[in-house]
Amino acid sequence: MTKEAQNERDDMLVDDPEPQDEQIDDIPDEFNPNYLKVYYGRLFPHADMFKWLSYGNDGKHPACDQSYIGRREFSFTLDNDIYLRFQSFNCASELENGIKDKCPFKIDIGPVYSVDPSKRLAYAQSGDNIFTPVERELVFDIDISDYDDARYCCSGADVCLDCWPLMTIAIKVIDTSLRDDFGFNNILWVYSGRRGVHCWVCDGKARRLNNEQRGAIADYFRVYKGNTNSKSKVSLVGSALHPFLVRSYSDVLRDFFEKKLLCSQQLLSDERYEKILEMIPDESITSELRGKWQDNRRSSSGKDVNVVRWEQLKQLLQSGKQKATGIRRCVEEIVFSFTYPRLDMEVSKHMNHLLKAPFCIHPKTGRVCVPIDPDVCDEFDPTNVPTLSKLLREINTVGLQVEGDKVWERTSMGKSIRYFRGSFLQPLMKSCKEEIEESYSAKVQQSKNSLTW
Amino acid sequence: MCKQLNITKTFRVSKITLVRSQKKPSSASADGVSTIPLYRSAPTLEVRLEDFERFAVDRLLVLRGISDGLARGKKPDEMEKLVSDLWKANMRHPNTSEIIDKDIISHFVLRLVYCRTEELRKWFLSMESTLFRYRFRLETSDVHRALMTELGIPYKSVTNAEFEGLKEKLSQVARSIGQQLPTSDTVYYKVPWEEVSELVGSRRVFIKKGYAYVALNQVVSFVIPHFRSHLSKALVLTNRKWTSMIREQEKDRLTPIVEALSTSYLGPDYTQDKEFGEISLKDIDQVARSSFPLCMRHLFDSLREDHHLKHGGRMQLGLFLKGVGLKLDDALAFWKAEFSQKVGAERFDKEYAYGIRHNFGKEGKRTDYTPFSCQKIILSTPGVGDHHGCPYRHFSEENLRAALGKMGVGSRELEQVVEKAKGRHYQLACTLTFEAIHGASCDSGINHPNQYFKASQNILKEKK
Repeated sequence: MTKEAQNERDDMLVDDPEPQDEQIDDIPDEFNPNYLKVYYGRLFPHADMFKWLSYGNDGKHPACDQSYIGRREFSFTLDNDIYLRFQSFNCASELENGIKDKCPFKIDIGPVYSVDPSKRLAYAQSGDNIFTPVERELVFDIDISDYDDARYCCSGADVCLDCWPLMTIAIKVIDTSLRDDFGFNNILWVYSGRRGVHCWVCDGKARRLNNEQRGAIADYFRVYKGNTNSKSKVSLVGSALHPFLVRSYSDVLRDFFEKKLLCSQQLLSDERYEKILEMIPDESITSELRGKWQDNRRSSSGKDVNVVRWEQLKQLLQSGKQKATGIRRCVEEIVFSFTYPRLDMEVSKHMNHLLKAPFCIHPKTGRVCVPIDPDVCDEFDPTNVPTLSKLLREINTVGLQVEGDKVWERTSMGKSIRYFRGSFLQPLMKSCKEEIEESYSAKVQQSKNSLTW
Repeated sequence: MCKQLNITKTFRVSKITLVRSQKKPSSASADGVSTIPLYRSAPTLEVRLEDFERFAVDRLLVLRGISDGLARGKKPDEMEKLVSDLWKANMRHPNTSEIIDKDIISHFVLRLVYCRTEELRKWFLSMESTLFRYRFRLETSDVHRALMTELGIPYKSVTNAEFEGLKEKLSQVARSIGQQLPTSDTVYYKVPWEEVSELVGSRRVFIKKGYAYVALNQVVSFVIPHFRSHLSKALVLTNRKWTSMIREQEKDRLTPIVEALSTSYLGPDYTQDKEFGEISLKDIDQVARSSFPLCMRHLFDSLREDHHLKHGGRMQLGLFLKGVGLKLDDALAFWKAEFSQKVGAERFDKEYAYGIRHNFGKEGKRTDYTPFSCQKIILSTPGVGDHHGCPYRHFSEENLRAALGKMGVGSRELEQVVEKAKGRHYQLACTLTFEAIHGASCDSGINHPNQYFKASQNILKEKK
């Protein structure tokens, strides 16, 4: 569609793989379905997505389950919110053609069912409920709009660099626990395109969890109790915390609270400190602190007033005088309230929840749902994620010099796709291969055994 | 109940053989330790028709008592006593050797009774699992080991060296749940965490690289999921047999008993209350003020105020309103009037209308959903921004007081209500609120928001 424009410019921008945004102004920033066609045609990693969701079953090994990928539900959202649910594809080219053909605004990935979901109605007539989900990645959905009582900079779907660290915290806490506690290895974190992050746990063991076990993991991560009407959102009871909470607190939450959020959100400024005082159940302490803070509006030492007040609060609550664990625990409760991850539990608990596929374009922001490397998630900047229009400009500049498939390498998607392949897909394929071989040799062994009577 | 017992006397002549099986259930293990039956297969036993029903009714009384205890939010040790008392009171048999037969027979009869719908299966599964849990807790560790082996649970004992390495973490867990600190004598089992997902979910075990470290006294959590999943599958199978053969074969003999047993006991489900017919949109505010229980009143007010409710709230209030007689079209109009102020009419039609039609069984798998009972509401887990749940359980004391004041509960009664709520007698608190507002007693107690509504309307009608 912008072929002419492209041709004119080619000679000007030969060796510049990431051109500056200002240079070209013929592609407006907002989302446009025509650009989406180009994106699906030239950038979207169809083959990698197919490889991922096949989990090694697309190979030649006799233990490969050839029907596997065809039983996976894809759901497309088209223009005007037309939903096409229960789409299924049997091979890589079918998937690619399906996507290019329908050009969906959004692609969701559902579970692997017992039978091909596009033929579910035929099976339904047989009476017994054979159409049922049998496998699904363990998924998590974390939205920053659920943190509105813990941030002052933005609200709703808005997000900025002051509140994004809340997502960084969530990634660190959940990722560490999934690996160290639950023993999962193949984990993909993805920016949801606007207001949060998604997590896909892809180990075979994770995919085969039943709903009850999924619920247990979600509950393991849950510290929020009570609804909007209970005062303290977090209640940490017992004379000690579970080791998972201890580790999360001392490795992640405390530092983020004290070094980042306390100041960036001005949590103890004059207008905001009451909210924190309310969380302290002892009135003599709150009135003492209130007295101190009302008189002393400016800190004399030149230190940030939030930091000074936090030190005072901690000193008072944790001093030897406070015998009740409830009071001493208060510091931790405050930190948890303002930092601990808030999961959308329902998404994780049930196998049949749909979740947006990685590398989709968010229709509101135009941003690509790129993977986030949990090892360097501190560096992730949601405001710097490539947008559809930026990518289009880049294609226009590099498009003609590069052979068909390699275009993505020269755009700002390159890094994301390299990460997806190198750090997620490769290790995943290796463990899938091992698992397939293992199950095969177990089967062979079994059939041998059954012959020796 | 009594009536049906008399009716069955006419069938006295016949004897019934329960489902045949090759193996006797292990009511006693090899070394003579008496254990709890796992009900893995039905025994070949002859049962007199009158026992068939009498045993079932006795067991139902136990299960019903358990259900009631759970709804009142009783603590585990209170439940333990309750279950033990209920068992002694109802499952006695003059002949000691027949106690175990009665146990097994009554279980299998109720399986037949409660296999027939999803709702019934869920209730039975939950109550039988709870019963098993507390009976198990009362047994010795020898019995525990015997049962674990019988269930084929892959457990390993934790070695001393491993224990020393993890001692600090294991102590943290023990302290966090208020249990004795482990010593080198403490027995720990190491199991794949999936086996004890319940303990994992409540953070009552230490887990590392996919393995949970379970103390001997937590062993019940290994066993319950096994028991539960076995029973769950068995119920589905029983249902298949019931619909394909038994119902027809036994239509003159067992079928009437089985059908009577379930309906007579669960009470009404308030799906669509025929008696009260419809309420219309114009009356809804007035009716909400006079006859909604606090949980629904709070949802209703929040909706009017915020023009929005999250999923849990939409379900709880939506099904309740359906139960009091709001028709689908009115329900759509009602929700739309509120939501469109916040999200716009178009987005309402796209994103929310489906859910409402779904509740009425007009979308998806087309189940006509039943309104939530108190038990379900009390056990729900509302999160940040949610308004659903049971106010007596989920509100802070301060908010509860304010809400009760707003409902017009006088100060003396208010103290009593708060006291009950603190004592975790949420349904009693709700009953007291009802009595305070209506100036009339409610002897049956409140078990269901729609029952509250109905009782309230009855009283208001009488007053007119």
